[in-house]
Amino acid sequence: MRINPRIINRLVRMGLNVQAFFTVGILIIIVAIIFFKGFPHMSFAFIFSFPEDMGREGGIFPSIVGTIQLALLSILFATPLGLGTAIFLTEYTRESLFTKLIRFGVESLAGIPSILYGLFGFIFFVIKLKMGWSLLAGVLTMTIMILPTIIRTSEEAIRAVPRQLRIVSYSLSASKWETIKKVVLPAAMPGILTGIMLSIGRAVGETAAIIFTMGSSLRLPLSVMDSGRTMAVHFYILAREGISMEKAYGTAVVLVLSILLINILAYYIMNKAIARYS
Amino acid sequence: MRLRRWAIILPLLCAFLVSCSPNSNDRPGRKHTITIAGSTSVMPFTEKLAEHFVVDHKNFIIDVQGGGSTAGIQAVINNTVDLGMSSRELKEGEKTLNTITICHDGIVVVVHPENPVTEMGLDQVRQIFSGRISNWSQLGWKDRKIDAVSREEGSGTRSAFEDLVMKGKEINDATMVQDSNGSVKEVVATDPYAIGYISMGLVDKKVKPVAIDGVNPSIKTIKSGRYKIVRPFLYITNGELEPKARQFVDYILSKEGQTILKNEGLVGFYD
Amino acid sequence: MIDRTVFKERFVKWVLVAFALSSLLFLFLIFLFILAEGLPLFLKVGVKNIIFGFKWAPTKGYFGIFPMIISSFLVTIGALVIGAPMGLSCAIYLSEYSGKKMKMFLKPALELLAGIPSVVFGFLGVIYIVPLVRNYLGGSGFSLISTSLVLGVMILPTIISISFDALVSVPKTYREGSAAMGATKWQTIYKVIIPSAKSGILASFILGMGRAIGETMAVIMIAGNALKIPGSILDPLRTLTGNIALELAYATGDHRLGLFSTGVVLMVIIMILNYIANFGIKRKIAK
Repeated sequence: MRINPRIINRLVRMGLNVQAFFTVGILIIIVAIIFFKGFPHMSFAFIFSFPEDMGREGGIFPSIVGTIQLALLSILFATPLGLGTAIFLTEYTRESLFTKLIRFGVESLAGIPSILYGLFGFIFFVIKLKMGWSLLAGVLTMTIMILPTIIRTSEEAIRAVPRQLRIVSYSLSASKWETIKKVVLPAAMPGILTGIMLSIGRAVGETAAIIFTMGSSLRLPLSVMDSGRTMAVHFYILAREGISMEKAYGTAVVLVLSILLINILAYYIMNKAIARYS
Repeated sequence: MRLRRWAIILPLLCAFLVSCSPNSNDRPGRKHTITIAGSTSVMPFTEKLAEHFVVDHKNFIIDVQGGGSTAGIQAVINNTVDLGMSSRELKEGEKTLNTITICHDGIVVVVHPENPVTEMGLDQVRQIFSGRISNWSQLGWKDRKIDAVSREEGSGTRSAFEDLVMKGKEINDATMVQDSNGSVKEVVATDPYAIGYISMGLVDKKVKPVAIDGVNPSIKTIKSGRYKIVRPFLYITNGELEPKARQFVDYILSKEGQTILKNEGLVGFYD
Repeated sequence: MIDRTVFKERFVKWVLVAFALSSLLFLFLIFLFILAEGLPLFLKVGVKNIIFGFKWAPTKGYFGIFPMIISSFLVTIGALVIGAPMGLSCAIYLSEYSGKKMKMFLKPALELLAGIPSVVFGFLGVIYIVPLVRNYLGGSGFSLISTSLVLGVMILPTIISISFDALVSVPKTYREGSAAMGATKWQTIYKVIIPSAKSGILASFILGMGRAIGETMAVIMIAGNALKIPGSILDPLRTLTGNIALELAYATGDHRLGLFSTGVVLMVIIMILNYIANFGIKRKIAK
């Protein structure tokens, strides 16, 4: 018997439809669980007060500060390096063995799982360079982790800048660097920002690499040599050790909410940029 | 326009960087930092003590890190911390260090609250973890596989459990492994068929302690010597303690400090 | 004046070269330090005793990680069994069926899934999936199947976005040609589009595998971390990543070296997977 291809077509269409919404449903369910369980435990005081009794009572202020410090400092280091690499790859060379090698390096860095970054950061920064578990060791490890994201997004953004803009700039006798600085980079800025936002999101959500480099001290890191705890690490410890489910859910809300907002902002910027050039 | 934007960003950035600058010790107020690292079993109690200590000693910062007993001892040897925490006795080669016993801790075998089994022999516990007893029916409950949970290789609690309970027998490979007292407790609290061992200080109503050879684990039975699975909580120092750290240790050994430990379910020196 | 401009241009160029080299330098450092810590033990204990050794008791001198290698592959395959069909069908829906508005909503939503931290996946897995498995399938719930389920969801964004790119890059003329022959949409997809996007789709699966095999925090929360090779999908297991994360904080001496040896094995597996995936993608572009 031969089933009419049109019927199969319709069935497949329906199946795929269901499937796609099922997948989105997973995201919605995850976010919904976290929000419903967590919102009752989240308050102004929870965000701005210090934890007591190992996090069983009180708030999560030090871990929020720790997260912000980690994310911003990593971005501060990674952005010049990543953007510089992207500019070099797009503006200063043709495809050659050298660029292939660099691209191989970037691809490989992107593929390394975070636990190996943790191992490396632990042995190199924490032990060999004697930084101890510290904000600095965490920041440097994170810098390397987010570098590939920044390079890739910046490269794409710079490539998308129309050639005409460059030609006009050169014809006004601007030098190469002036052209890049005054014409190309401003035009590519939204794409670059998207990369930076995505990287911040990654730094905020990371645990495996951070717990072995930045440690898990609960107090407010006052210097880069202090150990600290990010929200993700704090959440991990609260949940895994069963210290307090309420506080764990409360932390999860703040964590997930900030990552969602950062990522949504990133895609918003990107979409605006796409709209501008198409 | 450009300039104005930087006028806002730059001071913010500076303020942020200053807030992250090194040498927080040299700031006015002269905060004194004591760094402590080691056993994750001792860590929560040290944190608790530190919380109380700094209330009356505002010029102190006490930095408590985990890492495990062995790592804590190593850190003391390398002089990277003031105090190491250990939940096991020193081994050969570590004996040159000084130890300060801050209290004793019972290791308690725990099961899910719904589990009707209330008592076991020490040899039965050994057989469960070595895999010879693998079904709850062998202990007089229903026909269901036992989900044994142990600690990871290198943990002080595991090492003490191996010495005091396993006595040379190996922990079975099929045993689940969690990396802290708290996570063992969470598994036992959620899985009705699980059995694990944790520090007595962490036992609460989420899990049920099991009597061993007819003796209930409690501060009383430990003090009288009837409950046998007991290990010391140690602070480790390399040579003489420097005066500031001494102050913290003295506080822990004082009546006040010991009362805090007692309230946490540990066995102190006072009653 | 002109000299200054030329000088500045050169200076900028060399600074940029240095920046570009930094990625390579970091990669080199990572390799160097993980290998420097991980290889000595291979020489001391023997490659065979580590990679094919069954017993892991590093404080007693046994460093066998064979069960963990097998377990890592088992969860990865499990994740793929769940994630690959789901991911691919989402990608097909997005690229072939969904309208523009739908796409505007679905694609970012699926990308947001990638942003959810792995600890959150692990936590929800412990709270919801583990008891479900325990109550309806048996065992402790900390098992191969729970881990595979959670990892399967976690690799969805990788699979969807890469196979979507592959599907979209199939030339429009292929679709028109097929439609002109009277094929239905599904026939076109099945017979024309999927075959021509094959290498990209495969690459997405392999990168998804890389993600699954490298995942750590969610895995140690759900897998149960028993050392034995699981005998059924309901048994607990320990992966290479889990081994490192569980014990690194505690380890000293040879024990720590053993964990770096675990890291070396993990790194080699990941590099091979990435190489295959990149090779696949390149071939597709070349075509």
